[in-house]
Amino acid sequence: MPMIDLRGVTKRFPGTTQDAVGDLSLSVDEGGIVVLVGPSGCGKTTTLRMINRLIEPTAGEIDVAGRPIGSLPAHELRRTIGYVIQQIGLFPHRTIAQNIATVPSLIGWDNQRIEERVHELTDLVAIERSMLDRYPSELSGGQRQRVGVARALAADPPVLLMDEPFGAVDPIVREHLQRELLDLQSRLHKTIVFVTHDIDEAILIGDRVAILNTGGVLEQYATPAELLASPVNQFVSDFLGKDRGIKRLSLLPLSNAVLDPGPSVQRTDDPHAAYAAMAEDGVDWVLVLSGESILGLTRRGSLSDVASVGDAVLEPFTTRVDASETFREALDSIISSNSRYTAVCDGERLMGMLTAASISGQIAP
Amino acid sequence: MTLFAQASNQPIIVWDWIGRNLGNIWDKTLEHIVLTVIAVVVGSIISVALTFIALRWHRTYQPITWVTGLLYTIPSLALFMLLVPYTGLSMLTTEIGLVLYTLLILVRNMVTGLDEVPIEVLDAANGMGYTPRQRFFRVEVPLALPVIVSGVRLETVTVIGLVTVTSLIGLGGLGFFILRGLQTFSSPIGTTQIFVGTALSIVLAVAFDLGLVAVERVLTPWQRRKAG
Repeated sequence: MPMIDLRGVTKRFPGTTQDAVGDLSLSVDEGGIVVLVGPSGCGKTTTLRMINRLIEPTAGEIDVAGRPIGSLPAHELRRTIGYVIQQIGLFPHRTIAQNIATVPSLIGWDNQRIEERVHELTDLVAIERSMLDRYPSELSGGQRQRVGVARALAADPPVLLMDEPFGAVDPIVREHLQRELLDLQSRLHKTIVFVTHDIDEAILIGDRVAILNTGGVLEQYATPAELLASPVNQFVSDFLGKDRGIKRLSLLPLSNAVLDPGPSVQRTDDPHAAYAAMAEDGVDWVLVLSGESILGLTRRGSLSDVASVGDAVLEPFTTRVDASETFREALDSIISSNSRYTAVCDGERLMGMLTAASISGQIAP
Repeated sequence: MTLFAQASNQPIIVWDWIGRNLGNIWDKTLEHIVLTVIAVVVGSIISVALTFIALRWHRTYQPITWVTGLLYTIPSLALFMLLVPYTGLSMLTTEIGLVLYTLLILVRNMVTGLDEVPIEVLDAANGMGYTPRQRFFRVEVPLALPVIVSGVRLETVTVIGLVTVTSLIGLGGLGFFILRGLQTFSSPIGTTQIFVGTALSIVLAVAFDLGLVAVERVLTPWQRRKAG
Protein backbone atom coordinates (compact mmCIF):
# COMPACT_ATOMS: atom_id res chain seq x y z
CA MET A 1 0.00 0.00 0.00
CA PRO A 2 1.42 3.40 -0.90
CA MET A 3 2.16 5.79 1.97
CA ILE A 4 0.93 8.76 -0.05
CA ASP A 5 -1.63 8.38 -2.77
CA LEU A 6 -2.92 11.16 -5.03
CA ARG A 7 -5.85 10.28 -7.28
CA GLY A 8 -7.10 12.67 -9.92
CA VAL A 9 -5.98 15.72 -7.95
CA THR A 10 -6.77 19.07 -9.55
CA LYS A 11 -6.19 22.56 -8.24
CA ARG A 12 -7.45 25.70 -9.88
CA PHE A 13 -6.86 28.91 -7.97
CA PRO A 14 -9.72 31.42 -7.87
CA GLY A 15 -9.47 33.99 -10.65
CA THR A 16 -7.32 31.85 -12.93
CA THR A 17 -8.37 30.10 -16.11
CA GLN A 18 -5.78 27.34 -16.09
CA ASP A 19 -5.32 24.50 -13.64
CA ALA A 20 -2.25 24.82 -11.43
CA VAL A 21 -2.37 21.06 -11.08
CA GLY A 22 -4.42 19.01 -13.50
CA ASP A 23 -5.82 15.57 -12.78
CA LEU A 24 -2.65 14.33 -11.12
CA SER A 25 -2.37 10.76 -9.92
CA LEU A 26 0.78 9.71 -8.13
CA SER A 27 1.63 7.26 -5.42
CA VAL A 28 4.62 7.24 -3.16
CA ASP A 29 5.74 3.99 -1.56
CA GLU A 30 6.58 3.82 2.09
CA GLY A 31 10.22 4.61 2.78
CA GLY A 32 10.86 6.12 -0.63
CA ILE A 33 11.98 9.56 -1.73
CA VAL A 34 9.94 10.97 -4.57
CA VAL A 35 11.15 14.17 -6.17
CA LEU A 36 8.71 16.47 -7.92
CA VAL A 37 10.64 18.45 -10.48
CA GLY A 38 9.71 20.76 -13.30
CA PRO A 39 9.89 24.34 -14.54
CA SER A 40 8.28 27.14 -12.56
CA GLY A 41 4.52 27.06 -12.89
CA CYS A 42 4.42 23.27 -13.07
CA GLY A 43 2.50 23.03 -9.81
CA LYS A 44 5.12 21.08 -7.90
CA THR A 45 4.91 23.23 -4.77
CA THR A 46 1.11 23.36 -5.04
CA THR A 47 1.05 19.57 -5.19
CA LEU A 48 3.28 19.32 -2.12
CA ARG A 49 1.17 21.78 -0.16
CA MET A 50 -2.00 19.89 -0.95
CA ILE A 51 -0.60 16.84 0.83
CA ASN A 52 -0.56 18.64 4.20
CA ARG A 53 -3.63 20.70 3.33
CA LEU A 54 -1.91 24.06 3.23
CA ILE A 55 -3.78 24.17 -0.08
CA GLU A 56 -7.08 22.41 -0.53
CA PRO A 57 -7.52 20.60 -3.87
CA THR A 58 -10.35 21.63 -6.17
CA ALA A 59 -10.98 17.99 -7.04
CA GLY A 60 -9.49 14.58 -6.39
CA GLU A 61 -8.47 12.56 -3.38
CA ILE A 62 -5.32 12.33 -1.33
CA ASP A 63 -4.60 9.60 1.20
CA VAL A 64 -1.73 9.56 3.64
CA ALA A 65 -1.00 6.27 5.42
CA GLY A 66 -4.19 4.84 3.99
CA ARG A 67 -6.47 7.56 5.34
CA PRO A 68 -8.06 10.43 3.44
CA ILE A 69 -6.30 13.62 4.59
CA GLY A 70 -9.69 15.22 5.24
CA SER A 71 -10.49 12.64 7.92
CA LEU A 72 -8.92 14.73 10.68
CA PRO A 73 -8.56 18.48 11.31
CA ALA A 74 -5.84 20.10 9.19
CA HIS A 75 -3.68 21.10 12.15
CA GLU A 76 -3.71 17.55 13.52
CA LEU A 77 -2.81 16.12 10.11
CA ARG A 78 0.11 18.54 9.83
CA ARG A 79 1.54 17.47 13.18
CA THR A 80 2.02 14.01 11.69
CA ILE A 81 3.78 15.29 8.57
CA GLY A 82 7.23 16.91 8.69
CA TYR A 83 7.51 20.12 6.68
CA VAL A 84 10.69 21.80 5.47
CA ILE A 85 10.72 24.90 3.25
CA GLN A 86 13.40 26.78 1.37
CA GLN A 87 13.16 29.89 3.53
CA ILE A 88 13.30 27.51 6.51
CA GLY A 89 10.89 29.67 8.51
CA LEU A 90 12.49 29.11 11.90
CA PHE A 91 10.74 31.07 14.62
CA PRO A 92 13.07 34.04 15.20
CA HIS A 93 11.83 34.54 18.76
CA ARG A 94 12.48 30.98 19.84
CA THR A 95 15.80 29.38 20.68
CA ILE A 96 17.06 26.53 18.54
CA ALA A 97 15.95 24.04 21.20
CA GLN A 98 12.48 25.60 21.29
CA ASN A 99 12.28 25.59 17.50
CA ILE A 100 13.13 21.91 17.32
CA ALA A 101 10.62 21.18 20.08
CA THR A 102 7.75 22.88 18.23
CA VAL A 103 5.63 19.86 17.34
CA PRO A 104 6.41 17.81 20.47
CA SER A 105 5.26 20.81 22.53
CA LEU A 106 2.11 21.16 20.44
CA ILE A 107 1.17 17.54 20.97
CA GLY A 108 1.89 17.74 24.69
CA TRP A 109 5.03 15.75 25.35
CA ASP A 110 6.47 16.24 28.84
CA ASN A 111 9.56 18.36 29.23
CA GLN A 112 11.97 15.54 29.89
CA ARG A 113 10.89 13.62 26.82
CA ILE A 114 11.17 16.78 24.73
CA GLU A 115 14.65 17.50 26.03
CA GLU A 116 15.85 13.99 25.28
CA ARG A 117 14.37 14.16 21.80
CA VAL A 118 15.97 17.54 21.10
CA HIS A 119 19.38 16.16 22.06
CA GLU A 120 18.84 13.11 19.92
CA LEU A 121 17.97 15.28 16.93
CA THR A 122 20.88 17.68 17.34
CA ASP A 123 23.18 14.65 17.19
CA LEU A 124 21.29 13.26 14.21
CA VAL A 125 21.55 16.39 12.06
CA ALA A 126 25.01 17.31 13.41
CA ILE A 127 24.27 20.53 15.25
CA GLU A 128 26.40 21.30 18.27
CA ARG A 129 24.53 21.29 21.53
CA SER A 130 26.01 24.66 22.38
CA MET A 131 23.74 26.06 19.64
CA LEU A 132 20.59 25.02 21.43
CA ASP A 133 20.28 28.18 23.51
CA ARG A 134 20.94 30.50 20.61
CA TYR A 135 18.45 32.21 18.36
CA PRO A 136 18.09 31.48 14.63
CA SER A 137 19.64 34.83 13.67
CA GLU A 138 22.90 33.67 15.25
CA LEU A 139 23.26 30.66 12.93
CA SER A 140 24.63 30.27 9.40
CA GLY A 141 22.35 29.30 6.52
CA GLY A 142 23.50 25.69 6.55
CA GLN A 143 23.03 25.38 10.30
CA ARG A 144 19.55 26.86 10.05
CA GLN A 145 18.59 24.39 7.37
CA ARG A 146 19.77 21.52 9.60
CA VAL A 147 17.65 22.93 12.42
CA GLY A 148 14.73 23.11 9.98
CA VAL A 149 15.15 19.41 9.20
CA ALA A 150 15.49 18.56 12.91
CA ARG A 151 12.31 20.50 13.65
CA ALA A 152 10.45 18.62 10.91
CA LEU A 153 11.63 15.27 12.29
CA ALA A 154 10.96 16.12 15.94
CA ALA A 155 7.81 14.13 16.52
CA ASP A 156 9.08 11.31 14.29
CA PRO A 157 6.50 11.74 11.53
CA PRO A 158 6.38 8.94 8.95
CA VAL A 159 6.11 11.46 6.12
CA LEU A 160 8.35 14.40 5.31
CA LEU A 161 7.52 17.14 2.81
CA MET A 162 10.48 19.22 1.61
CA ASP A 163 9.95 22.25 -0.61
CA GLU A 164 13.24 23.22 -2.27
CA PRO A 165 14.94 22.83 1.10
CA PHE A 166 18.44 23.48 -0.19
CA GLY A 167 17.58 26.19 -2.71
CA ALA A 168 18.86 29.11 -0.67
CA VAL A 169 22.28 27.83 0.40
CA ASP A 170 25.51 28.04 -1.55
CA PRO A 171 26.50 25.09 -3.76
CA ILE A 172 29.09 23.64 -1.38
CA VAL A 173 26.74 23.66 1.59
CA ARG A 174 23.96 22.34 -0.64
CA GLU A 175 26.05 19.33 -1.62
CA HIS A 176 26.78 18.65 2.06
CA LEU A 177 23.13 18.90 2.98
CA GLN A 178 22.09 16.64 0.11
CA ARG A 179 24.51 13.94 1.23
CA GLU A 180 23.42 14.36 4.83
CA LEU A 181 19.80 13.94 3.81
CA LEU A 182 20.57 10.72 1.94
CA ASP A 183 22.61 9.48 4.88
CA LEU A 184 19.79 10.39 7.26
CA GLN A 185 17.26 8.66 5.05
CA SER A 186 19.32 5.46 4.93
CA ARG A 187 18.85 5.30 8.71
CA LEU A 188 15.33 6.69 9.11
CA HIS A 189 13.43 5.35 6.08
CA LYS A 190 10.90 8.17 6.01
CA THR A 191 8.53 8.61 3.12
CA ILE A 192 9.73 11.84 1.57
CA VAL A 193 8.24 14.09 -1.08
CA PHE A 194 10.90 16.53 -2.22
CA VAL A 195 10.31 19.49 -4.54
CA THR A 196 13.07 21.05 -6.61
CA HIS A 197 13.57 22.80 -9.93
CA ASP A 198 17.07 21.36 -10.22
CA ILE A 199 17.13 18.16 -12.26
CA ASP A 200 20.58 17.20 -10.96
CA GLU A 201 19.31 17.42 -7.40
CA ALA A 202 16.27 15.35 -8.41
CA ILE A 203 18.46 12.63 -9.88
CA LEU A 204 20.76 12.61 -6.87
CA ILE A 205 18.04 12.59 -4.21
CA GLY A 206 15.14 10.68 -5.71
CA ASP A 207 14.33 7.01 -5.65
CA ARG A 208 11.71 8.04 -8.14
CA VAL A 209 11.34 11.33 -9.97
CA ALA A 210 8.10 12.86 -11.21
CA ILE A 211 8.66 15.33 -14.03
CA LEU A 212 5.85 17.86 -14.18
CA ASN A 213 4.98 20.21 -16.99
CA THR A 214 3.22 23.58 -16.85
CA GLY A 215 -0.27 23.19 -15.45
CA GLY A 216 0.70 20.32 -13.23
CA VAL A 217 0.76 17.68 -15.96
CA LEU A 218 2.74 14.58 -15.06
CA GLU A 219 5.03 13.81 -18.00
CA GLN A 220 6.98 10.90 -16.58
CA TYR A 221 7.29 9.16 -13.25
CA ALA A 222 10.20 6.76 -13.05
CA THR A 223 13.49 5.99 -11.35
CA PRO A 224 16.33 8.35 -12.28
CA ALA A 225 18.06 5.60 -14.28
CA GLU A 226 14.89 4.87 -16.28
CA LEU A 227 14.33 8.55 -16.94
CA LEU A 228 17.82 9.12 -18.24
CA ALA A 229 17.86 5.94 -20.27
CA SER A 230 14.45 6.37 -21.85
CA PRO A 231 12.70 9.71 -21.58
CA VAL A 232 9.13 9.31 -22.83
CA ASN A 233 8.96 12.51 -24.85
CA GLN A 234 10.75 15.62 -26.02
CA PHE A 235 9.76 17.66 -22.98
CA VAL A 236 11.32 15.17 -20.58
CA SER A 237 14.39 14.75 -22.72
CA ASP A 238 14.83 18.55 -22.97
CA PHE A 239 14.32 18.91 -19.26
CA LEU A 240 16.91 16.26 -18.52
CA GLY A 241 19.33 18.28 -20.61
CA LYS A 242 21.83 17.62 -23.37
CA ASP A 243 24.21 16.01 -20.89
CA ARG A 244 21.70 13.32 -20.00
CA GLY A 245 24.23 10.62 -21.00
CA ILE A 246 26.80 12.01 -18.57
CA LYS A 247 24.20 12.26 -15.83
CA ARG A 248 23.32 8.64 -16.35
CA LEU A 249 26.91 7.67 -15.73
CA SER A 250 26.68 8.84 -12.16
CA LEU A 251 23.87 6.36 -11.53
CA LEU A 252 25.77 3.37 -12.87
CA PRO A 253 28.10 1.75 -10.34
CA LEU A 254 31.42 0.39 -11.53
CA SER A 255 30.66 -2.83 -9.70
CA ASN A 256 28.63 -3.85 -12.77
CA ALA A 257 31.26 -2.81 -15.29
CA VAL A 258 32.77 -5.25 -17.79
CA LEU A 259 36.49 -4.62 -17.41
CA ASP A 260 39.38 -5.11 -19.77
CA PRO A 261 42.83 -6.29 -18.61
CA GLY A 262 44.33 -3.40 -20.58
CA PRO A 263 48.04 -3.15 -21.47
CA SER A 264 49.43 -4.84 -18.37
CA VAL A 265 52.17 -7.32 -17.59
CA GLN A 266 53.67 -8.85 -14.47
CA ARG A 267 57.00 -7.43 -13.34
CA THR A 268 58.65 -10.82 -13.87
CA ASP A 269 57.61 -10.92 -17.55
CA ASP A 270 60.22 -10.26 -20.21
CA PRO A 271 60.06 -7.16 -22.44
CA HIS A 272 58.59 -9.11 -25.35
CA ALA A 273 55.43 -9.72 -23.38
CA ALA A 274 55.28 -5.97 -22.76
CA TYR A 275 55.76 -5.17 -26.46
CA ALA A 276 52.97 -7.61 -27.31
CA ALA A 277 50.61 -6.01 -24.79
CA MET A 278 51.40 -2.56 -26.18
CA ALA A 279 50.79 -3.70 -29.74
CA GLU A 280 47.50 -5.33 -28.81
CA ASP A 281 46.14 -2.13 -27.29
CA GLY A 282 47.91 0.30 -29.63
CA VAL A 283 49.79 2.21 -26.91
CA ASP A 284 53.49 2.71 -26.14
CA TRP A 285 53.37 2.03 -22.43
CA VAL A 286 52.42 -0.86 -20.21
CA LEU A 287 51.17 -1.22 -16.67
CA VAL A 288 53.54 -3.22 -14.46
CA LEU A 289 51.91 -5.42 -11.86
CA SER A 290 53.02 -7.46 -8.93
CA GLY A 291 50.25 -10.00 -8.61
CA GLU A 292 47.19 -7.75 -8.60
CA SER A 293 48.77 -4.54 -7.34
CA ILE A 294 49.97 -1.79 -9.61
CA LEU A 295 53.68 -0.95 -9.37
CA GLY A 296 53.58 1.74 -12.04
CA LEU A 297 53.89 2.08 -15.80
CA THR A 298 56.85 1.82 -18.05
CA ARG A 299 57.36 3.09 -21.59
CA ARG A 300 58.65 1.37 -24.71
CA GLY A 301 61.97 3.24 -24.59
CA SER A 302 62.77 2.06 -21.07
CA LEU A 303 62.57 -1.62 -21.95
CA SER A 304 65.48 -1.98 -24.39
CA ASP A 305 68.16 -3.02 -21.88
CA VAL A 306 66.28 -4.95 -19.26
CA ALA A 307 65.80 -8.68 -18.64
CA SER A 308 62.41 -8.38 -17.01
CA VAL A 309 59.87 -5.57 -17.06
CA GLY A 310 60.26 -4.97 -13.34
CA ASP A 311 63.85 -3.76 -13.89
CA ALA A 312 62.78 -0.90 -16.17
CA VAL A 313 62.27 2.65 -14.98
CA LEU A 314 58.74 2.88 -13.59
CA GLU A 315 56.52 5.96 -13.51
CA PRO A 316 53.61 6.23 -11.12
CA PHE A 317 50.21 5.43 -12.60
CA THR A 318 47.58 7.63 -11.03
CA THR A 319 44.62 7.33 -13.39
CA ARG A 320 42.49 5.13 -11.24
CA VAL A 321 39.06 4.96 -9.64
CA ASP A 322 37.73 2.87 -6.83
CA ALA A 323 35.33 0.08 -7.73
CA SER A 324 32.78 1.61 -5.31
CA GLU A 325 32.44 4.66 -7.54
CA THR A 326 30.41 5.18 -10.70
CA PHE A 327 31.09 5.33 -14.41
CA ARG A 328 31.04 9.10 -14.11
CA GLU A 329 34.14 9.16 -11.89
CA ALA A 330 35.79 6.65 -14.22
CA LEU A 331 35.16 8.87 -17.26
CA ASP A 332 36.27 11.91 -15.31
CA SER A 333 39.58 10.29 -14.39
CA ILE A 334 40.21 9.48 -18.05
CA ILE A 335 39.36 12.99 -19.23
CA SER A 336 41.27 14.83 -16.55
CA SER A 337 44.45 12.74 -16.85
CA ASN A 338 44.62 12.72 -20.63
CA SER A 339 45.06 8.95 -20.50
CA ARG A 340 43.21 6.41 -22.61
CA TYR A 341 42.75 4.02 -19.71
CA THR A 342 41.63 4.24 -16.14
CA ALA A 343 42.36 1.49 -13.67
CA VAL A 344 39.44 0.27 -11.59
CA CYS A 345 40.78 -0.79 -8.22
CA ASP A 346 39.36 -2.36 -5.13
CA GLY A 347 41.64 -0.74 -2.60
CA GLU A 348 45.14 -1.59 -3.93
CA ARG A 349 43.91 -4.49 -6.03
CA LEU A 350 43.54 -3.94 -9.78
CA MET A 351 40.19 -5.19 -11.00
CA GLY A 352 40.69 -4.23 -14.63
CA MET A 353 40.69 -1.22 -16.91
CA LEU A 354 38.21 0.96 -18.77
CA THR A 355 38.48 3.25 -21.79
CA ALA A 356 36.10 6.01 -22.83
CA ALA A 357 34.97 3.76 -25.67
CA SER A 358 34.26 0.82 -23.39
CA ILE A 359 32.31 3.13 -21.06
CA SER A 360 30.10 4.45 -23.81
CA GLY A 361 29.66 0.88 -25.12
CA GLN A 362 28.32 -0.26 -21.77
CA ILE A 363 25.85 2.51 -21.13
CA ALA A 364 23.96 2.36 -24.42
CA PRO A 365 20.30 1.93 -23.45
CA MET B 1 18.49 82.95 46.75
CA THR B 2 19.05 83.12 43.02
CA LEU B 3 21.05 81.22 40.45
CA PHE B 4 21.65 83.99 37.99
CA ALA B 5 20.00 87.18 36.98
CA GLN B 6 18.19 88.69 34.00
CA ALA B 7 19.14 92.06 32.57
CA SER B 8 16.66 93.59 35.00
CA ASN B 9 18.60 91.95 37.79
CA GLN B 10 15.70 89.70 38.55
CA PRO B 11 16.48 86.00 39.19
CA ILE B 12 15.14 83.45 36.62
CA ILE B 13 14.81 80.54 38.99
CA VAL B 14 13.64 81.07 42.51
CA TRP B 15 14.92 77.99 44.32
CA ASP B 16 13.13 78.95 47.50
CA TRP B 17 9.81 78.69 45.71
CA ILE B 18 10.64 75.15 44.70
CA GLY B 19 11.56 74.30 48.26
CA ARG B 20 8.35 75.76 49.58
CA ASN B 21 6.18 73.94 47.02
CA LEU B 22 7.72 70.45 47.04
CA GLY B 23 4.46 68.91 48.23
CA ASN B 24 2.45 70.48 45.46
CA ILE B 25 5.05 69.62 42.84
CA TRP B 26 4.95 65.99 43.97
CA ASP B 27 1.14 65.93 43.80
CA LYS B 28 1.09 67.37 40.28
CA THR B 29 3.78 64.97 39.15
CA LEU B 30 1.71 62.05 40.45
CA GLU B 31 -1.36 63.47 38.75
CA HIS B 32 0.61 63.73 35.52
CA ILE B 33 1.66 60.09 35.81
CA VAL B 34 -1.88 58.93 36.63
CA LEU B 35 -3.40 60.85 33.69
CA THR B 36 -0.74 59.42 31.39
CA VAL B 37 -1.03 55.83 32.54
CA ILE B 38 -4.84 55.85 32.33
CA ALA B 39 -4.72 57.30 28.80
CA VAL B 40 -2.08 54.81 27.63
CA VAL B 41 -3.83 51.81 29.16
CA VAL B 42 -7.31 52.76 27.92
CA GLY B 43 -5.90 53.79 24.52
CA SER B 44 -4.08 50.46 24.26
CA ILE B 45 -7.20 48.48 25.08
CA ILE B 46 -9.27 50.36 22.49
CA SER B 47 -6.46 50.01 19.96
CA VAL B 48 -6.30 46.25 20.51
CA ALA B 49 -10.02 46.10 19.81
CA LEU B 50 -9.71 48.27 16.69
CA THR B 51 -6.74 46.21 15.50
CA PHE B 52 -8.73 43.04 16.02
CA ILE B 53 -11.55 44.50 13.91
CA ALA B 54 -9.14 45.68 11.23
CA LEU B 55 -7.48 42.25 10.99
CA ARG B 56 -10.74 40.34 11.09
CA TRP B 57 -12.50 42.49 8.52
CA HIS B 58 -9.78 43.87 6.29
CA ARG B 59 -12.06 46.44 4.65
CA THR B 60 -12.40 48.27 7.95
CA TYR B 61 -8.69 49.02 8.20
CA GLN B 62 -8.73 52.02 5.85
CA PRO B 63 -11.72 53.72 7.53
CA ILE B 64 -10.18 53.08 10.95
CA THR B 65 -6.93 54.76 9.94
CA TRP B 66 -8.84 57.63 8.33
CA VAL B 67 -10.86 58.35 11.44
CA THR B 68 -7.99 57.94 13.89
CA GLY B 69 -5.79 59.96 11.53
CA LEU B 70 -8.37 62.74 11.37
CA LEU B 71 -8.58 62.80 15.16
CA TYR B 72 -4.81 63.07 15.27
CA THR B 73 -4.82 66.16 13.05
CA ILE B 74 -7.24 68.15 15.23
CA PRO B 75 -5.23 70.67 17.25
CA SER B 76 -5.19 69.37 20.81
CA LEU B 77 -6.44 72.62 22.33
CA ALA B 78 -9.40 72.68 19.96
CA LEU B 79 -10.26 69.07 20.66
CA PHE B 80 -10.35 69.63 24.40
CA MET B 81 -12.50 72.72 23.97
CA LEU B 82 -14.89 70.78 21.73
CA LEU B 83 -15.35 68.18 24.45
CA VAL B 84 -15.97 70.56 27.32
CA PRO B 85 -19.64 71.35 26.45
CA TYR B 86 -20.40 67.61 26.65
CA THR B 87 -18.29 66.30 29.48
CA GLY B 88 -17.42 69.48 31.37
CA LEU B 89 -14.15 70.39 33.00
CA SER B 90 -13.51 66.90 34.25
CA MET B 91 -11.03 64.12 34.27
CA LEU B 92 -13.27 62.34 31.77
CA THR B 93 -12.81 65.17 29.27
CA THR B 94 -9.08 65.06 29.78
CA GLU B 95 -8.88 61.32 29.29
CA ILE B 96 -11.18 61.23 26.26
CA GLY B 97 -8.97 63.77 24.57
CA LEU B 98 -5.75 62.01 25.47
CA VAL B 99 -7.04 58.59 24.48
CA LEU B 100 -8.22 59.81 21.07
CA TYR B 101 -4.70 60.97 20.30
CA THR B 102 -3.19 57.59 21.11
CA LEU B 103 -5.28 55.58 18.68
CA LEU B 104 -3.64 56.42 15.37
CA ILE B 105 -0.10 55.49 16.39
CA LEU B 106 -1.10 52.40 18.31
CA VAL B 107 -3.48 50.89 15.77
CA ARG B 108 -1.08 51.59 12.95
CA ASN B 109 1.84 50.01 14.79
CA MET B 110 -0.16 47.00 15.90
CA VAL B 111 -1.45 46.32 12.40
CA THR B 112 1.97 46.97 10.84
CA GLY B 113 3.74 44.82 13.41
CA LEU B 114 1.41 41.91 12.77
CA ASP B 115 1.55 42.41 9.00
CA GLU B 116 5.32 42.35 9.00
CA VAL B 117 5.64 38.88 10.49
CA PRO B 118 7.58 37.06 7.75
CA ILE B 119 5.37 35.01 5.47
CA GLU B 120 7.70 31.98 5.67
CA VAL B 121 7.41 31.97 9.45
CA LEU B 122 3.62 31.88 9.14
CA ASP B 123 3.89 29.15 6.52
CA ALA B 124 6.13 27.10 8.79
CA ALA B 125 3.79 27.65 11.74
CA ASN B 126 0.84 26.41 9.66
CA GLY B 127 2.87 23.50 8.36
CA MET B 128 3.90 22.48 11.89
CA GLY B 129 0.25 22.25 12.89
CA TYR B 130 -0.47 25.37 14.89
CA THR B 131 -4.15 26.20 15.09
CA PRO B 132 -4.89 29.78 13.93
CA ARG B 133 -5.27 30.88 17.55
CA GLN B 134 -2.02 29.24 18.66
CA ARG B 135 -0.23 30.79 15.71
CA PHE B 136 -1.56 34.24 16.58
CA PHE B 137 -0.61 34.21 20.24
CA ARG B 138 2.59 32.18 20.10
CA VAL B 139 4.08 33.44 16.86
CA GLU B 140 2.48 36.58 15.47
CA VAL B 141 2.06 38.60 18.66
CA PRO B 142 5.58 37.94 20.00
CA LEU B 143 7.10 38.83 16.64
CA ALA B 144 5.02 42.00 16.37
CA LEU B 145 6.04 43.11 19.87
CA PRO B 146 9.01 45.30 18.90
CA VAL B 147 6.84 47.38 16.56
CA ILE B 148 3.96 47.47 19.04
CA VAL B 149 6.22 48.54 21.89
CA SER B 150 7.72 51.29 19.76
CA GLY B 151 4.17 52.50 19.17
CA VAL B 152 3.50 52.49 22.90
CA ARG B 153 6.71 54.44 23.51
CA LEU B 154 5.81 57.08 20.96
CA GLU B 155 2.29 57.26 22.33
CA THR B 156 3.44 57.59 25.93
CA VAL B 157 5.84 60.41 25.17
CA THR B 158 3.13 62.16 23.16
CA VAL B 159 0.61 61.84 26.00
CA ILE B 160 3.06 63.15 28.59
CA GLY B 161 3.45 66.27 26.46
CA LEU B 162 -0.28 66.60 25.84
CA VAL B 163 -1.17 66.34 29.53
CA THR B 164 0.44 69.75 30.06
CA VAL B 165 -2.11 71.18 27.60
CA THR B 166 -5.04 69.67 29.49
CA SER B 167 -4.28 71.97 32.39
CA LEU B 168 -6.39 74.48 30.46
CA ILE B 169 -9.48 72.38 31.11
CA GLY B 170 -8.78 71.54 34.70
CA LEU B 171 -6.56 68.57 35.30
CA GLY B 172 -3.15 68.94 33.77
CA GLY B 173 -0.50 67.53 36.06
CA LEU B 174 2.70 69.49 35.63
CA GLY B 175 0.92 71.68 33.07
CA PHE B 176 -0.55 73.42 36.06
CA PHE B 177 2.81 75.07 36.76
CA ILE B 178 3.39 76.01 33.14
CA LEU B 179 -0.04 77.63 32.92
CA ARG B 180 0.46 79.50 36.19
CA GLY B 181 3.88 80.60 35.09
CA LEU B 182 2.52 81.94 31.81
CA GLN B 183 -0.09 83.97 33.70
CA THR B 184 2.66 85.64 35.74
CA PHE B 185 5.37 85.44 33.17
CA SER B 186 7.19 88.61 34.08
CA SER B 187 7.83 87.57 37.66
CA PRO B 188 10.67 85.31 38.79
CA ILE B 189 8.12 83.00 40.36
CA GLY B 190 6.46 82.68 36.94
CA THR B 191 9.62 81.64 35.14
CA THR B 192 10.43 79.25 37.96
CA GLN B 193 7.06 77.58 37.58
CA ILE B 194 7.45 77.26 33.81
CA PHE B 195 10.89 75.79 34.37
CA VAL B 196 9.67 73.25 36.93
CA GLY B 197 6.67 72.16 34.83
CA THR B 198 8.68 71.82 31.65
CA ALA B 199 11.73 70.14 33.16
CA LEU B 200 9.77 67.57 35.12
CA SER B 201 7.57 66.84 32.11
CA ILE B 202 10.69 66.12 30.06
CA VAL B 203 12.14 64.01 32.85
CA LEU B 204 8.93 62.00 32.99
CA ALA B 205 8.93 61.45 29.24
CA VAL B 206 12.53 60.28 29.24
CA ALA B 207 11.96 58.04 32.27
CA PHE B 208 8.90 56.39 30.75
CA ASP B 209 10.67 55.91 27.43
CA LEU B 210 13.68 54.28 29.08
CA GLY B 211 11.37 52.13 31.19
CA LEU B 212 9.57 50.91 28.08
CA VAL B 213 12.87 50.20 26.34
CA ALA B 214 13.78 48.03 29.33
CA VAL B 215 10.43 46.25 29.13
CA GLU B 216 10.98 45.65 25.42
CA ARG B 217 14.41 44.18 26.04
CA VAL B 218 13.00 41.76 28.58
CA LEU B 219 10.10 40.76 26.33
CA THR B 220 12.16 40.33 23.17
CA PRO B 221 15.47 38.72 24.15
CA TRP B 222 16.05 37.48 20.59
CA GLN B 223 16.31 41.07 19.36
CA ARG B 224 19.55 41.64 21.21
CA ARG B 225 21.46 38.74 19.74
CA LYS B 226 22.00 39.09 16.05
CA ALA B 227 24.65 37.21 14.20
CA GLY B 228 27.84 39.24 13.95
